[in-house]
Amino acid sequence: MSKLLNEINKGRVLVSDGAWGTFLQQKGLKPSECPEEWNISRAADVFDIAKSYVDAGADMIETNSFGGNYFKLKNYGFEGRVFEINKAAAEISRKAAGADRFVLGSVGPTGKLLMMEEVTEAELYEAFKAQSIALEAGGADAIVIETMTDLEEARIAVKAAKENTGCEVFCTMTFDKIIGGEYRTMMGISPTEMTETLAEAGAAVIGANCGNGIADMIGIVKEIRLANATIPILIHANAGMPHYCDGETTFPESPDDMAGNVREIAEAGANIIGGCCGTTPGHICKVREVVKSL
Amino acid sequence: MNELLIKLSECIEFGKINMASPYPPQMKGQEGADEITRRALEEGVPPQDILSNGLMPGMERIGVKFRENKVFVPQVLMSAKAMSTAMLHLKPHFLSGAAKQKGTFIIGTVLGDLHDIGKNLVGMMVEGNGYKVIDLGTDVGSEKFIESVRQNPEAVVGLSALLTTTMVNMEKITREIKEAMPGTLVTIGGAPVNNDFCSKIGADNYSPDPQGVVEYLNSKIS
Repeated sequence: MSKLLNEINKGRVLVSDGAWGTFLQQKGLKPSECPEEWNISRAADVFDIAKSYVDAGADMIETNSFGGNYFKLKNYGFEGRVFEINKAAAEISRKAAGADRFVLGSVGPTGKLLMMEEVTEAELYEAFKAQSIALEAGGADAIVIETMTDLEEARIAVKAAKENTGCEVFCTMTFDKIIGGEYRTMMGISPTEMTETLAEAGAAVIGANCGNGIADMIGIVKEIRLANATIPILIHANAGMPHYCDGETTFPESPDDMAGNVREIAEAGANIIGGCCGTTPGHICKVREVVKSL
Repeated sequence: MNELLIKLSECIEFGKINMASPYPPQMKGQEGADEITRRALEEGVPPQDILSNGLMPGMERIGVKFRENKVFVPQVLMSAKAMSTAMLHLKPHFLSGAAKQKGTFIIGTVLGDLHDIGKNLVGMMVEGNGYKVIDLGTDVGSEKFIESVRQNPEAVVGLSALLTTTMVNMEKITREIKEAMPGTLVTIGGAPVNNDFCSKIGADNYSPDPQGVVEYLNSKIS
């Protein structure tokens, strides 16, 4: 895995993949269905998604395991299948990635709030530990903890993955631009605060995902870079906020819109660039083209 | 105005639950919403005054600060915790009729969506602003909303969704509520939702923040 970090240290900008959730929906995932269960029952469809990003030119792909923690799976009665579901997720992406590309095991938030005493620190740690171990068992090179808003939950997740697997641990949080023009997560965390805490917790790569389109990511990357001159930065930007028309939601930012910001994001200090909700293999293909020209 | 109620409103605004609570640091060792509400009742302050002049101003101030991005979710949750603690003392007075809530608000996260942080925030803010809140939970379909409106025909309904895939369910739910119980007002909210979406699906109001829901209810009910 340090191979990935070596590439970054050589000064290469790497390309990650695009959306999984919105892609699964296109393939027929219903709102009441558990997306991660598809790793078992619809493995061929999940493989198609992974493969489409490999074909688009991504250097690394994620796994279909964002909601694969104990607490999220419990909503569907699958809490006893954490290992099976996450291992399968990593195996599918490993198969699509082959030996040359990297597999990032996706770990999302639990949806439980520590400060409301809905969950204890020990329970969070156990949940992230179990998921990370399963992703590693399925062949993940790194664990990417993402869409975090609570710094304490993010820190516990980083520690759990770091202390229980041989994988590198990445962590990205989700920031909004607030009225004053600064960036904060829903829980009030700034990119600077994130950087200090997660670097200390042992994250090898940090960054931002989702949010509100790729243009906002430039300011976020600049702030992280100012707080830490060397830590590799990962950006998974969404394609803007969705529009709704005749029962369909569409995302406003096209592959060209996304690609148009890639140079500036890389110059601001981002080392890995990919997409989140609403981005497609078409977006990643365009990102690849720009990155090639850097 | 009663000194105690001013103090109580500050406990709500800054999320001071009780004397033992270390949060917020600047109020450490002081009485919290728990002790002050109890004392106010013992001293004979009418429960209605405690609600209207203690809890509500505090909730309103934190709601406005949240909207202005001066505080974030954790501070609002602490305020809500302080408010719930005070409410426990007031509940018997609501039941006996000695104090009246302004109206009823039914809230739920729509079918297919299991996210509840935003829904809970709105529910707590609305309750703290003097309404009875019926929380139907997450993954709620039309039938459950309609059943609740039948039991509370004057209630306003709030629909929450976090996902772009579940926001579409708001359209059907809004339509079916209005077909079954014409005249029922529906307000919507959640990360992917906006005003444009609200008008397209025939809902009555969209609020980007909890305080907006409170203001909407105040404009329709009180």
